[in-house]
Amino acid sequence: MLGYVVKRFGSMLVMLAGLSVMVFLLFSVLPADPARLTCGKTCTPDVVEANRQRLGLDKPLVEQYAVWAKGIVAGRTFNEGQGAAEFTCPAPCLGYSFSQQENVTDLITEAVPVTIWLAAGAFVLWMTFGLTTGVIAALNRGRWPDVVLQGISLVAYSLPSFFVGLMLLILLIVQMSLLPYPDYYPPSEDLKKFLVTMVLPWVTVAFTSAAFYTRLTRTQMVETMGEDYIRTARAKGLAERTVTVKHALRAGLTPIVTAAGLDLGILLGGAIITEQIFNLPGMGRLAVESVVDSDLPVITGITLVAATFIIVANFVVDMLYMVIDPRVRLA
Amino acid sequence: MSAELVSDESSSAPPTSAPAPSAPAAAPAHGRSPGQLAWRRLRRNKVAMASLFLIVVIVLLAIFAPLVTRLLGVTVDADSSLVSEDGSLPISGPTLAHPFGIEPGTGRDVLALLLYGARVTLFIVLCATVLTITIGVLIGTIAAASRGRLDRILSWVMDLTLTFPQLLLLLALSNVITQRLTAIGLPEGNPSRIAYLILFFAVFGWPYIARIVRGQVISLREREFVEAAVAMGASRRRIVLTELIPNLWAPVLVYASITLPAFISYEATLAFLNVGTDASMPTWGKLLQDSIGYFQVYPAYLLFPAGALVVTVLAFNLLGDAVRDALDPRAGRV
Repeated sequence: MLGYVVKRFGSMLVMLAGLSVMVFLLFSVLPADPARLTCGKTCTPDVVEANRQRLGLDKPLVEQYAVWAKGIVAGRTFNEGQGAAEFTCPAPCLGYSFSQQENVTDLITEAVPVTIWLAAGAFVLWMTFGLTTGVIAALNRGRWPDVVLQGISLVAYSLPSFFVGLMLLILLIVQMSLLPYPDYYPPSEDLKKFLVTMVLPWVTVAFTSAAFYTRLTRTQMVETMGEDYIRTARAKGLAERTVTVKHALRAGLTPIVTAAGLDLGILLGGAIITEQIFNLPGMGRLAVESVVDSDLPVITGITLVAATFIIVANFVVDMLYMVIDPRVRLA
Repeated sequence: MSAELVSDESSSAPPTSAPAPSAPAAAPAHGRSPGQLAWRRLRRNKVAMASLFLIVVIVLLAIFAPLVTRLLGVTVDADSSLVSEDGSLPISGPTLAHPFGIEPGTGRDVLALLLYGARVTLFIVLCATVLTITIGVLIGTIAAASRGRLDRILSWVMDLTLTFPQLLLLLALSNVITQRLTAIGLPEGNPSRIAYLILFFAVFGWPYIARIVRGQVISLREREFVEAAVAMGASRRRIVLTELIPNLWAPVLVYASITLPAFISYEATLAFLNVGTDASMPTWGKLLQDSIGYFQVYPAYLLFPAGALVVTVLAFNLLGDAVRDALDPRAGRV
């Protein structure tokens, strides 16, 4: 079992290394001129050339990658040997944004907590809601609660999340003024404002995701409820609640955990749409801003961090398998 | 994109080459292929048939958009006489001449825009789905059939591709790649943008289907009919093309039926982020995004693009569900 953990951890590290190469290549080979993407609309040829030199984009690709990767592991120095202009970027250094005059790592560190709050709240909401409705639908298979829940979840599942978010914003905030216009404060500063701002983003993300989990949970439950051991559990007189939760739901949990882990990982990389609509200063909005401003170092950094979240989430899910499914432990 | 995960379990449906379960005693026992049995099950499903009908209508409307618009007497031409003086709003809402209303600012007929938009949207998602599935089936089959090192490399590439934040990359690479596509000879503007969407939907979409196909082929290649082909000395090419790939249609069809509506929503999401075609060739997503901005002053404008998009996606999802049930004989009978 320990061997499996070590092996899985090793393959995660290999994946991360491969990822860093791919992300680097993506943004240095695909653009016709990467240096042109380091400053926004006010760009002049002088600035482009200066950035090309400062970011080392005139060097061979292998050397560029080495400098970039070394920066992540050990930090790096910009404008080396230029006296006062020289500055260091401590590890993990993802690069420097010349248009925002800040280390990419700092920009991302500022944005990450917002996204984590959004993801965590939405996750709790959609899992609670999705699992509950899924179980209810499965237990009432073919009867009206099942039909209603399946109908609702299919419609919710078919709505693009930007549409849901914008409608919530327009109807509840702009037209009915039930809530103030979103203005993000960290929970440590102003808990009430934080909650008031976050409630709609949480609902937006949870709404479409929950629909998927309702369907998935229902499918899983319907399948396991037909197994012989469920009949055995009932026959030996277990409470229906125990049969449902400890036998049926538990046995069908693996695909749900897989999906949940991945969705959470993806979400931690930035909920681009929701953050954009509700003006939350998280990773997603930072990403959109850097695309609009052509801030290549930030885009590269966010891509790497977002993909890392997904790889780590995959690893965690694999570890969770051992807890959920004893067969994985034995294998 | 968790939608794909559902298909994992459905792909474990018995391979379609399995002998068909014997028909009920009432019917005379003559052989039916698994495909015919699935089609019979699908035909009995009223929701599925209604969805299929709706989809066929939408596709026909899209194909014959020029004819339909002429019959209905609407055009996509701008008409400034229909908009208010400051140019922001139409003079009237939906009328007999313009049943779905007028686009603010330009005075274009919304019905005509939706009909022509259906062409662009459906063209993008159909091409993207076909491309995604072709790449996925090819690479998945190659990975499973080759075993050994190539299999490991390809599986690793699949895993790696799945870790990329798709929406972020589709947004970030949009301008860069569109310029590249123009540079290699595609017409500038919308054709390049459409090509970008199709290409990159496929670039990020193929690993899901490749994984499913790989799993399916690994179980197929141990079966007797493949062994028989090997024993008869069939070439690897022949085994892949005539023994393995034809047996993959069930999972592929199920996967296609959830990919297509997902791409329609995805295109709309990208339109919201200003990635995609411009106002001269609007997709449904683009029309929806434009109309949301006017929701407060002109709510009727939102109704039709939103309705068209949601109804179409819903119809595809309902049909997809039914196809999955029909192809998996165990489903729905537990």
